[in-house]
Amino acid sequence: MPSLIDLRRRIRAVKNTQQITKAMKMVAASKLRRAQERMMGARPFAQQMQRVLANVASRVDPSAHPLLAVRQGGPGSRTLVVVVTADKGLCGSFNTNIIKAAATLVAESAQPCTLGLVGRKGRDFFARRGFDVLFEQVGLFQALKHADAQAIAAEATDAFISGRVDRVVLVYNEFKSVISQRLVVDQLLPISRAEVDERSAGPDAGRTDYLYEPSPQEIFNQLLPRFIEGQVYRALLESHASFFAAQMTAMDTATKNSAEMIAGLTLYMNKVRQAAITREIIEVVSGAQAL
Amino acid sequence: MAAASGLPAKIRLQIVSAERSLVDELVDEVEIPGWDGYFGVWPGHTPLLAALSVGTLSYRQGPERRLLVLAFGFAEVQPDRVTILAQIAERPEEIDFERARAARTRAEERIATPTADIDVERARIAMLKALVRLQAAERARMRS
Repeated sequence: MPSLIDLRRRIRAVKNTQQITKAMKMVAASKLRRAQERMMGARPFAQQMQRVLANVASRVDPSAHPLLAVRQGGPGSRTLVVVVTADKGLCGSFNTNIIKAAATLVAESAQPCTLGLVGRKGRDFFARRGFDVLFEQVGLFQALKHADAQAIAAEATDAFISGRVDRVVLVYNEFKSVISQRLVVDQLLPISRAEVDERSAGPDAGRTDYLYEPSPQEIFNQLLPRFIEGQVYRALLESHASFFAAQMTAMDTATKNSAEMIAGLTLYMNKVRQAAITREIIEVVSGAQAL
Repeated sequence: MAAASGLPAKIRLQIVSAERSLVDELVDEVEIPGWDGYFGVWPGHTPLLAALSVGTLSYRQGPERRLLVLAFGFAEVQPDRVTILAQIAERPEEIDFERARAARTRAEERIATPTADIDVERARIAMLKALVRLQAAERARMRS
């Protein structure tokens, strides 16, 4: 049976841990709010972008653009898998889920895969296991900028256009709500024709006839890379917000668990204390009787 | 064009960058830095889709004129609506003067002494951005 002092020490230790997890939960909550606001802030841009894309796509022959080219995978064809994890842990299964999904994707893929790693956790995992890595971006979540998304989009686009990869997919956590994230695997390149066609067939399409400056083709050429950047940026923001949501939930659970543990330990400690007192009384009484 | 009765009186100007929405207001007139030069938009403009260059967008609300720095993106013009999708959009008062000046000096050096590993086109764009920022910041400072 552990001594009273040991138990007190344990309780104190658990209490300290609880304070830390509680503080981390609050920090995550406030950061989550900011991340969520940014996510919302990026939304109007994405919507307008899609509208304009749809508008132009209905007037241009989209097969003319290299970013739309679907190449049939020959023997040398490869897929680039961009994996978005977080830089930090203590967020439940956030990183594990992504890494597992990405690893399965690579293992089950018919073609050889190369990886683009965003976030320290994913980098550490895949780099250590000797996967083929095309690029990595670590530490950008501290101050997430649109330029970061541009850099990633540029890497992916370069690899695609130069023919080093024939397909680019994006794996990330989508922000569904504070308590749940959804794991998403999105095809980034080639831009799926369905997406372009579907939008151009939307209710808005072809209704207004625009003047174009410069030509529709030129605008289309500029629009597609921006569209890719937008998608990457959105994925980063979603993942960023999801991370804090996951961390908040994880820390909340941890705080609850430690509260439970403290209650259990306190109860146990009181029992031990009582037992010690009872034993002492018995000793005194039996000592008195023996006299 | 005479003041036909069907013409809208004002334009709804919406400016969004990738990071945030900056402006959503009713204005009288907008001047936009298009790919092939600046163009002005008054209410009742023909529908137009234009690519943007680097420059300052200005819009007028009554007697008041305001500026914004834009770099790349697209403008969608409708008779009663202008939507700007900018890659970069900044208000003049947000511009870091020192940083822009440093960027200009750096770009100047790169253009003046081009080496193999320097992308001159990129340096030129950086220079343009710095110049536009400095100009806008200067104008905003003079006014206040």
